[in-house]
Amino acid sequence: MRIMIGKIGQWFDRRLQLAAPIREAVEHPVPRNTASWWYVFGSAALTVFLLQLVTGILLALIYVPSASEAWSSLQSLNHDVTLGWFIRAMHGWGSNFMVAIVLIHMVQVFLFGAYKFPRELTWIIGVFLLLMTLGMAFSGQVLRFDQDAYWGLGSGASIASRVPILGPAIVKLMLGGPIIAGATLSRFFALHVFVIPGLLIAFVGLHVLMVLKLGINEWPMPGRIVKRATYESEYHALTKKDGAPFFPYAVWKDLFFAAFVILAVAACALYFGPFGPTGQPDPTIIQTVPKPDYFFLWLYALLSLLPPSLETPALLIGPVVVILGLLLLPFLSGEGEKSWRRRPIAVLTVLLIAIMLGTFTHLAGFTPWSPHMNAWSGDPVPARFIHGTTALERQGALVFQVKQCRNCHSLGDVGGQRGPTLDSVAVRLTQDQLIRQVIQGGGNMPAYGKNLSPAETTALVAFLETLHPAGQRPARDASRDVVAGDEKRPGGQQ
Amino acid sequence: MSTSTSTSAKLAKKDNDVPPSNENTLSRRGFFTKMGILFNGLVATALAVPIVQFLLSSITRGRNAYLAWVPLGPVSAFPEGETRLATFRNPYVMPTDGKTVDTACWVRRVTGDQFQVFAINCAHLGCPVRWFPQSGLFMCPCHGGAYYRDGSRASGPPERGLFEYPNKVENGLITIQAGELPTPGAVAALTGEKPPCVS
Repeated sequence: MRIMIGKIGQWFDRRLQLAAPIREAVEHPVPRNTASWWYVFGSAALTVFLLQLVTGILLALIYVPSASEAWSSLQSLNHDVTLGWFIRAMHGWGSNFMVAIVLIHMVQVFLFGAYKFPRELTWIIGVFLLLMTLGMAFSGQVLRFDQDAYWGLGSGASIASRVPILGPAIVKLMLGGPIIAGATLSRFFALHVFVIPGLLIAFVGLHVLMVLKLGINEWPMPGRIVKRATYESEYHALTKKDGAPFFPYAVWKDLFFAAFVILAVAACALYFGPFGPTGQPDPTIIQTVPKPDYFFLWLYALLSLLPPSLETPALLIGPVVVILGLLLLPFLSGEGEKSWRRRPIAVLTVLLIAIMLGTFTHLAGFTPWSPHMNAWSGDPVPARFIHGTTALERQGALVFQVKQCRNCHSLGDVGGQRGPTLDSVAVRLTQDQLIRQVIQGGGNMPAYGKNLSPAETTALVAFLETLHPAGQRPARDASRDVVAGDEKRPGGQQ
Repeated sequence: MSTSTSTSAKLAKKDNDVPPSNENTLSRRGFFTKMGILFNGLVATALAVPIVQFLLSSITRGRNAYLAWVPLGPVSAFPEGETRLATFRNPYVMPTDGKTVDTACWVRRVTGDQFQVFAINCAHLGCPVRWFPQSGLFMCPCHGGAYYRDGSRASGPPERGLFEYPNKVENGLITIQAGELPTPGAVAALTGEKPPCVS
């Protein structure tokens, strides 16, 4: 039997002539200390990518890339097709895992100085792989053709439209027409299923080939400086002197981690289930709060918090600067220290970016900048705030309720966080300041002068003046007392 | 040139029928290779023309091809001084568009035949704004944009007021010129002017 298999193998190899190069590739010597758990993320990213290819093809067996059918085909995947929900969940969670693992891989490569000579091009191709991974994540979100996808496309179009001169043309090219419609979904389908995966496969192939040709980055030692003139011979000595064949010396960790990652994706898929689809992509349903997928939430938060005047420049220049910075990195620091122990700025940069992205993502979880769209009807003013108030102040509480102030302001911990909480507003603002703020707005508050009668304003401000903690006096304008002369001036003339 | 010489020398060795290489046959082959490349280049260029035209068709189609006047309903359906939601079907429809061609907009009847019709899309990033008659504001659920009843910017990230559709009253119907997704870049894509500023 073994002889038979051997003969068949020989028959094929005589024609394919692949056995020798494959053996050479898997047994290439690697520095001994690279057989580390830190070196498994690249192969894990490839594993998840292959998983995405398989689950993606399975989904394409049912999914209909048509604006009129896509949503219902996802419904039948979720509810009718046997285990359709599981394949959708695997693909969705696989997407999240792929972005996460690619980012971790990138951080590891950065901190280990692996982008330095002679691996600059491997890094540059890696940057493109990151961009394509994000492109897949965004286009995949569009294929889940629901309300989030529809309004997400609208946001994409709004951003693209701000490109000087070419903006409107880019929007039409992106949407495939003047509005978000059937042609839009079709072209995102083409991007997600043909164009980007094709490029990804080609670039992943190049990326892996270069890792094989140039050798895996050695474990960075503080003080071991990369120099163009000597690096290659040093690396050669390292692999010859201290090297071990990749297979089987290092590969087992990659194998274990790959299996673990697939198990983790499957576990998330089983436990959390598929993502959406949310409501139908019907633009006449406006009672919706669109939100992007997890890995774009930081952008969603950033777009809420940037000052209006900075937003367009930041949107148009920011990505160019970031991508150029990543591409130029190996040329700016192609030599020198590799070890993160001797590169404090590199470590701080990673920490800073991680904290920034983490904070924005966290904020996007509860969107303090958004008005609560139903606070006015759902949450009455708590009784304790109108206990023992005058008729005028109660009338003010009514105005407060009816004019939906709590869409943006919280009172008794209920209401929007867009504006400041009003539990003790009377301590901060005097009567005059309250009147001015209500009528003229300012500081990101709309002016209510046209929407409130003088009587309503008087009542509202009377109510607001009662909002101060017990035992703490409301703010008052000292000069008013002086003018009115109803308070004795201490210390004579002032 | 040196590599091609060696290649053709090898070929000549293998195949006895081919006469030994000399300058004439070499340049002849070289000429045909060049002609072949040129021929392919011409074919590719010729083919690129329709391909590019096809790819850019969504841009090159003029606005007149998809903008049209669409009725929103009888004027009487919109009480004076109030703002109501109206829906319309995009004038340009493809069979696979599904529900995406149904669009909503906010109709404000100022007085008589004087209307303001606002796009549903926030001027910031296009999310659907909602009208709150009690507070007299349009509010956006996404990034916190707010607008006054006349569409002008009240607060939040938008840099301008709501987009307005050009409108007219025809045979007792309020009619708007629609057909394009309003985006900030196509500056006031539909009216060509900004709505009135906060007075």
